[in-house]
Amino acid sequence: MTVVKQKLLALSGDEAVAYAVKQSDVDVVAAYPITPQTIIVEKFSEYVHNGEVDTEFICVESEHSALTACLAAAATGARTFTASASAGLALMHEILYVTSGCRAPVVMTIVNRALSAPINIHCDHADSMVERDASWIQIYVENSQEAYDSTIQAFKIAEHPDILLPAMVMLDAFFLSHTLESVNVLLDATVREFVGTRKIPLVRSHEGKLVPFKLDPKNPVTMGPLDLYDYYFEHKKQQEEAMQRALQTIKQVHDEYGEISGRRYGNGLIDPYRLEDADIAAICVGSTAGTTKVVVDQLRAKGVKAGLLRLRTYRPFPSQDLREALENVKAIAVMDRSNSFGAYGGPIFHEVRHVLYDAPTRPQVVNYIYGLGGRDMPQTLIHEIYKDLQKIVKTKRVEKPVQFIGVRE
Amino acid sequence: MTSKQKGWKEIPIAGVCWTPTTEYLTGDWRTFKPVPDLQKCNKCLLCYVYCPDGAIEWKREAEKIEFNYNYCKGCGICANECRQEAIKMVRE
Repeated sequence: MTVVKQKLLALSGDEAVAYAVKQSDVDVVAAYPITPQTIIVEKFSEYVHNGEVDTEFICVESEHSALTACLAAAATGARTFTASASAGLALMHEILYVTSGCRAPVVMTIVNRALSAPINIHCDHADSMVERDASWIQIYVENSQEAYDSTIQAFKIAEHPDILLPAMVMLDAFFLSHTLESVNVLLDATVREFVGTRKIPLVRSHEGKLVPFKLDPKNPVTMGPLDLYDYYFEHKKQQEEAMQRALQTIKQVHDEYGEISGRRYGNGLIDPYRLEDADIAAICVGSTAGTTKVVVDQLRAKGVKAGLLRLRTYRPFPSQDLREALENVKAIAVMDRSNSFGAYGGPIFHEVRHVLYDAPTRPQVVNYIYGLGGRDMPQTLIHEIYKDLQKIVKTKRVEKPVQFIGVRE
Repeated sequence: MTSKQKGWKEIPIAGVCWTPTTEYLTGDWRTFKPVPDLQKCNKCLLCYVYCPDGAIEWKREAEKIEFNYNYCKGCGICANECRQEAIKMVRE
């Protein structure tokens, strides 16, 4: 392994993302500001203004237009980027499906923020969790360093000719977006070489010719036409297959990046912490993993076999890796920073428990809804969760499979 | 479903059309059929310009318009626009 030369900068999460985009040779950025994402595109617009990048920066009137512009640019073969949060992402909802359906590899940063009402600008995961079915790759990061690293990786994953799916990278509002951190950045040339130029595969056009898969007057193709019960289903199956292939591609790109940077986040899909011999474990996404690692260390120091599994990639869902990592754990707490109202627990809980149904050991799995609207998740509450897990292992009984934690009665 | 239809492994991604759309004969959507009265027609070609489906052809040799009923959906725009009232919509 040859780790290349890097620079240590003090960057907030948003600035780290902007810096990664600056280095990734992006052709088009179209964006609309929304707290807490604004700094990303604000910072990027400075790079454009100063001539540090030759990106076409399109100011638009809404997030719906921002993503539409990115989709259109990506369809011509351009590398494109946008960023949003909360209500902005919700307004993009329709175009999220159009983008993935057109197989346009747009990369978007989401700074996870609660959805209104009541209006709230702070961290929870409701905005991106609700978009889990939109055929976008979803990567949740733990810190600003990972936000930087994952943004660069996202271009390479999304644009991979076997994948061609848009990708979202999620970072926690304020905890990461507005907090200064030491971030190691690669040199411009290193990033440029790593992401390379976008490779365009060939498709069979209506003229019967093999032509590049992009909108080009010289070689006309039609994308996203009317597609009824005769072929729509086949196109959706293709998207599902690409998603499943992405499991391998995410790992591979993460590995290649690890070789250069010396930084790895588990295997790129899951990031286990002291999990090998654990009896009890928590699962979460995002910055809460950092606090949870501290709690795990404290418990380990007392001889409690506690561990953590941070889910880095949520779409595609790494079912097999997750099952293998967890099948020998006796009790598992899934922490959801969003709620599926009226459901039996939060979205991550649904899938983790569902996957473990196939594990012959069938560990007990419980759910904690925490931190909605940016409510703090201190070590004390995480200790409570592990205490509950210890009790479940001891008594072999679950009293409350799903509960809210950190909410006042 | 007929066996002639392709599977997901055989077709291009993203709904890229691998055959021309003219393979879909949309004329069978029609309820009313435009019938020109060539005596009244002054060959202004307004109908040709307005037709949303390009289903009106100008026959240079014969110097007359001709409807392509394979694609005419019977929307009636041509009849509505014709200043000469030279196009009648007739129930199929």
